[in-house]
Amino acid sequence: MSLATPADIGPTEFLAARARWRPVEIVFWLAAITPYFIAADYLQLAGQILITGLFALSLDLILGYAGIVSLGHAAFFGLGAYATGIASKHGWGEPLTGLLIGGLVAGVVGFGASFIVARFRGLALIMITLGLDQIVAEAANSMGWLTGGADGLQGVKTWPILGLFRFDLYGVTAYWYALIVTFLFFLLVRRMVNSPFGLSLQGIRENSTRMLAIGARNHAHVRTVFTIAAFIAGVAGALLTETTETVSLETLSFQRSADVLVMLILGGVGQLYGGLVGALIYMVARDQFSDINPQYWYFWIGLLLVAVVVFLPNGIVGGVKKLGGLLGRRGT
Amino acid sequence: MTAALSAKGINKRFGSLVVAGDISFELPVGERCALIGPNGAGKTTLINLLTGMIEPDGGEIRLGGEDVTRMPPQQRVRRGLVRTFQINSLFPRLNPLEAVTLAVCERRGESRDFLSRLATKREAIEEAHDILKSLRIAHVCYRETRELAYGQQRLLEIALALATKPKVLLLDEPAAGVPKEDSGELFTVIDGLSRELTIFFIEHDMDVVFRFASRILVLVGGRLLLEGTPAEIAADERVREVYLGKAGHG
Repeated sequence: MSLATPADIGPTEFLAARARWRPVEIVFWLAAITPYFIAADYLQLAGQILITGLFALSLDLILGYAGIVSLGHAAFFGLGAYATGIASKHGWGEPLTGLLIGGLVAGVVGFGASFIVARFRGLALIMITLGLDQIVAEAANSMGWLTGGADGLQGVKTWPILGLFRFDLYGVTAYWYALIVTFLFFLLVRRMVNSPFGLSLQGIRENSTRMLAIGARNHAHVRTVFTIAAFIAGVAGALLTETTETVSLETLSFQRSADVLVMLILGGVGQLYGGLVGALIYMVARDQFSDINPQYWYFWIGLLLVAVVVFLPNGIVGGVKKLGGLLGRRGT
Repeated sequence: MTAALSAKGINKRFGSLVVAGDISFELPVGERCALIGPNGAGKTTLINLLTGMIEPDGGEIRLGGEDVTRMPPQQRVRRGLVRTFQINSLFPRLNPLEAVTLAVCERRGESRDFLSRLATKREAIEEAHDILKSLRIAHVCYRETRELAYGQQRLLEIALALATKPKVLLLDEPAAGVPKEDSGELFTVIDGLSRELTIFFIEHDMDVVFRFASRILVLVGGRLLLEGTPAEIAADERVREVYLGKAGHG
């Protein structure tokens, strides 16, 4: 755990060490498979948590690394969900290409939006992303012939994965499927944030004016990351469609945009694991609290949110890291 | 020989206030030129105009012979016209090694690469580390920028600019806020930079200006009052008046 001093480690080795897998990360992903063995009744929930976690991860990529605040990220989640659902309803229920369809539709719209997004920051950006989500949600609502409108999209049928693994009532296949897809995209995002591109994103987050003064291509970087984040959000939406075989307008709602932001802030913005941990805490809390009192469970989420923001500026993951750092220092 | 940087008849008004009035000068390659003048003379504005952060109402700016007057700032940077800031403008939560590596990667076009680990860009990282060494801040380069001492942050300002491989470096009060006894050392480091690099700097401390500048421009009320060698400037009656506050803005 001891961090070497400049005297005894070269600069390249120092940066390589920062990107290396930590034991706690391996523990985290091992823990992610335990529900299969110890909580079979909760596999449905576990699958949903993973999908939401992937969605939150895509938000972290733009918010936590590039500093792009979005209150409309559900637009891409919902676009992916509907694209895959509509393809399935019309006879193409193959799940892997289904993910690709969802991701591509969301990514193309994200790419278009990125030209506007790249030019704004702060409050203006919040309003633009919010407005974008409203536009997409209203379009889906009014195009009932395509989306099923307020009744939701019916008739979605997902084929077995690779022709082998049928989606079952208990959510076993859905859970493994969501876990593997989420893990693969996590690997991609992890690599991205540790790449030269990821470093430039952090530069934009930290000081975009200074980035221009060193000749950086801020707009191009923002367009790239926003498109990729939209693609991943679309894949998360597609996963939800394939595993639940239905799509509702809720996937596009402002509520979903706000919820994913709350989860990410709870877990920790710019911490890579913040979205996954936030989704876990939020959804388990919702599951448990709504058992106790179905009407007022959001009270506890609100309390938790305030407490985390006040006491843990880098969220729960940031707090755990800090604690680990303190313990590690004492140990050496 | 073509000047490294030249300005011809630069004009800029904010409403009725003339912040740059018909400014013309040339910087030969390798020159250490100081820009002096009282507060509010428009020194930083001139740097903003030269780098494209503000667009001039009229006039022409040439970089190595090429007209860059209407070019956006980041394109000027890629052509070698680079500035630093009077007030630290850094990346607080990146460490100096990351910050300078970032600038080097941007210059080398490696910053679009999102599938390789940063550590695979060994050449860029070594180059960044060498820059930090040349500015004597390599020993703190693994610490977050916000934890560095103020003087070290001033040097990082320059390191970031150097990472872009500038031809012309515009330093906006590089020693601003640095104790007087340390500013000499900072300028020794600056003076040690390559002789092919043209340096244009704003500085208030006259001792430093006379020690390091080969030529001095005096700006008053948005206009160039005069230019000359340190000896000429030191002997000029008008400069003394300006610095004693006798000359007004009109």
